[in-house]
Amino acid sequence: MFGNGTNGKNGKDKPNGAADGAIIALAGVRKVYDTGAVKVEALRKVDLAIKRNEFVAIVGPSGSGKSTLMNIIGCLDTATEGSYCLRGEEVAGMSIDRLADIRNRRIGFVFQNFNLLPQLTAYENVEMPLLFKGAPARERRERVETLLGEVGLADRMQHRPVELSGGQMQRVAIARALACEPDIILADEPTGNLDSAAGGDIIGKFEELWAKGHTLVLITHDAAIARRTRRVVRVQDGAVVSDEAVA
Amino acid sequence: MNWKNYLRQFLRDLRSQKLRAALTLFGLVWGTTAVTLLLAFGEGLQGRMIKNIRGLGENIVICWPSRTSKPWEGLPRNRKITVKDEDITALRREVPGMTAISGEYSAGNKKFKVGHKVIVPGLTGANPMFAAMRNLIPEQGGRYVDDLDMDERRRVVFLGDGLAHDLFGDAEAVGQYVNVNGMPFLVVGVMQAKEQDSSYQGRDKDRASIPATTFRAMYGQQEYGNFVFQVADAGEVGAAKDKVIATLAKLHRFDPTDAEAVRMWDVTENEKFMHTFMLGFRIFLGVMGVLTLVVGGIGVSNIMNVVVEERTKEIGVKMALGARQRMIVTQFVFETLLLTVIGGAVGFAISWAICAVFPAKFDEFVGTPAISLQVGALTAGLLGLIGFLAGYFPARSAARLNPVEALRL
Ligand SMILES: Nc1ncnc2c1ncn2[C@@H]1O[C@H](COP(=O)(O)OP(=O)(O)O)[C@@H](O)[C@H]1O
Ligand SMILES: [Mg+2]
Repeated sequence: MFGNGTNGKNGKDKPNGAADGAIIALAGVRKVYDTGAVKVEALRKVDLAIKRNEFVAIVGPSGSGKSTLMNIIGCLDTATEGSYCLRGEEVAGMSIDRLADIRNRRIGFVFQNFNLLPQLTAYENVEMPLLFKGAPARERRERVETLLGEVGLADRMQHRPVELSGGQMQRVAIARALACEPDIILADEPTGNLDSAAGGDIIGKFEELWAKGHTLVLITHDAAIARRTRRVVRVQDGAVVSDEAVA
Repeated sequence: MNWKNYLRQFLRDLRSQKLRAALTLFGLVWGTTAVTLLLAFGEGLQGRMIKNIRGLGENIVICWPSRTSKPWEGLPRNRKITVKDEDITALRREVPGMTAISGEYSAGNKKFKVGHKVIVPGLTGANPMFAAMRNLIPEQGGRYVDDLDMDERRRVVFLGDGLAHDLFGDAEAVGQYVNVNGMPFLVVGVMQAKEQDSSYQGRDKDRASIPATTFRAMYGQQEYGNFVFQVADAGEVGAAKDKVIATLAKLHRFDPTDAEAVRMWDVTENEKFMHTFMLGFRIFLGVMGVLTLVVGGIGVSNIMNVVVEERTKEIGVKMALGARQRMIVTQFVFETLLLTVIGGAVGFAISWAICAVFPAKFDEFVGTPAISLQVGALTAGLLGLIGFLAGYFPARSAARLNPVEALRL
């Protein structure tokens, strides 16, 4: 899948100096969607390095490739070309089980549309990653109760998603993303489906996590939200066009 | 994940899949019930047919002396062949493998009278071996004609159960007298009720037997209307028939190849036919049953395909949260297997219940359906296989998707 022979196993997996000590390091990442007739180049030669405990906003117009980039970082998708090192380890060539374990333990993903399973209660949704991890019942219960308490939903544990507001659903999703204590939290427009009050609440939650030492990357349309992060990466037409620290 | 967690997932999934689960279950229940009942009734029917055919007698040949159809040694054709007691004695001596033989006199014109009741039943005059050959088994407290009756030409009579009932009602018949054409006969036995689906002169339940010697003495008849012989094993019957013809041909001077001189009804041929027929019938039922199950299985597999397709998003979410491929496949296989097990069990229970409450009065016509262990094991095995395949393949193809692709659906 990785066509670029200069990266990967031959030791040159940190082509730019900024990647030193980076927890996330992309180099020359291309992504081409092959939809039969047309090939869409969603990402072209993206280099990006994110260090531990950074708080990064990815911004850019719709269709610019933000989600594509985020999915590759989250190991939900693979790059067509280029190198992606997660904690210094090349992701290409990892077994699918290994990738599943990474998604389970290293990365928490928060989606714009929440992606909660509708037939499960808030409790059961949060418990899911712990089941996949193989955590014993007692640990699962303690963890789920703690997490839902922390997002202020201790009294909503037995509610189904349809019985919750958008903000509450997203808080369940955050609790779920945190279930296996990942160091990286990725969020693709987490406030996109929320009103500004609920959105602000969610961002507040992210700030807390950042303060606790998590590494956060979130995609947003909202300049106000981007300003609350520490670094803004602007993507346009599948390429990073600017990368600035927030003043 | 352990099985408890799969079970928990299954129960959670049922909440959102109630209709599908119900439909799948219905298909499985229907298939299992159809197959097990089909084969259970086949089993019952076969048992019934075997019982019925045995009603006439086992491994017996019934012979009617008739007329020659070929000239022989200067003698013309169309000569009447008669069989008397000395012929029976000769046959008993000459034919190896013959275990019993009896001549049979028949009359249909003797008035049986008890009180004011008059019945004209079929009457047989035979020797004691006749009873065992023809399955005329006496009820408790009675007996058939015996050797002493023969020697002393006693006026004793053995009644079919139907005839006994017609003459005596519910009262005990043994020990009573019946007037036969004005002569009193002592009833020595009544036949046990039996199933009989073929006969040559009426059902045994409506007939009466007296000693052949008595018949001969009272009605002055020497020639037997027919005779019946038995061999130990159905395999010997062909040779025995040939020897019977050869012996009689020599005694009465007719062509041993003359098929008309003595006509024969070999009941083992009925049995042979019936066995072939039943084998075919069972194969037919088996094929129908398997096809029913396969069609049911295809249905289940189709439903599961749709289910997996509908649940691709769910699979995507689970993959995004770190479920391994194997967990996803196992979950679906577990679910379909559980559904098939439940469906199969319910189907079995229904079949079992139907067989249990099956009215005994129908036994006479179609037998009593019986669920056999083999059918059970076969059905369970097939259902298990179907359940496994129906869950495995769709889930595997879904689990092979990229998480993003699965999520997008
Ligand atoms: N599965 C796909 N197949 C084909 N094209 C796609 C697919 N997903 C995204 N694209 C295209 O790739 C480009 C980037 O999409 P995306 O990463 O979703 O943008 P963003 O999240 O910034 O709005 C867009 O032109 C989009 O149409
Ligand atoms: Mg997007």
